[in-house]
Amino acid sequence: MGQVLSTLLLALGAFFSLVAAIGVLRFPDLFLRMHCSAKSATLGVSCIMLGAAVHFGDLVSTTKALAAIVFLLVSAPVATHVLARAAFYAGVPLWKGTLGDELSGQYRKGGAGFGPPAGLDGEEPGGGPGARPAPPA
Amino acid sequence: MFNEILSGILVVAVVLAFVRLARGPSLPDRAVALDLIATIVIGLIGVYAVMTREARFLDLAVVLALIAFLGTVAFARFIAKGGLPWDRS
Repeated sequence: MGQVLSTLLLALGAFFSLVAAIGVLRFPDLFLRMHCSAKSATLGVSCIMLGAAVHFGDLVSTTKALAAIVFLLVSAPVATHVLARAAFYAGVPLWKGTLGDELSGQYRKGGAGFGPPAGLDGEEPGGGPGARPAPPA
Repeated sequence: MFNEILSGILVVAVVLAFVRLARGPSLPDRAVALDLIATIVIGLIGVYAVMTREARFLDLAVVLALIAFLGTVAFARFIAKGGLPWDRS
């Protein structure tokens, strides 16, 4: 019973990891790729760790596997958010089918500059090298 | 046998992510691909621990999760600062 459950969880985790890799390869846009990578890969690795915990079955291994899962569940959204924010400020182009860019008019420091608001990260205000021009009103 | 197939699936996933790492048009794309590769390798370590019945490899998975997080945050800082310091004006 435990063996069957462990095998099932491992197979599910490998499947989700493969789906994440295919999504990162095939999606048209950085942010779509990022959503695929973060959620699917986290779910896949969590399934694999649960499968390993069920397979070993003792307290120490289960604790280690659960620690890995908890750390992944805490760190993956933070890392993805930080990376997406940096990429958006750096002016990575959106997919041409994107329906709306709610932040396009925000964070502008005069002119066409587009960067983080002043005081954030200790950055100097103003656009970075890849300043994103404002969309036509 | 079954665990070898699972390892093969995960290696295929790493290869697909590596294609994105090589092709990615911008630097954040490559950072995302690196993050995904690190995450899949954590899963690979889990499968390998089951395959060899060696529970000590799970320690490695925890450590690699920590290092992958630090690496991704460092990449994000690098991108937010706008590239290398001598390229910035």
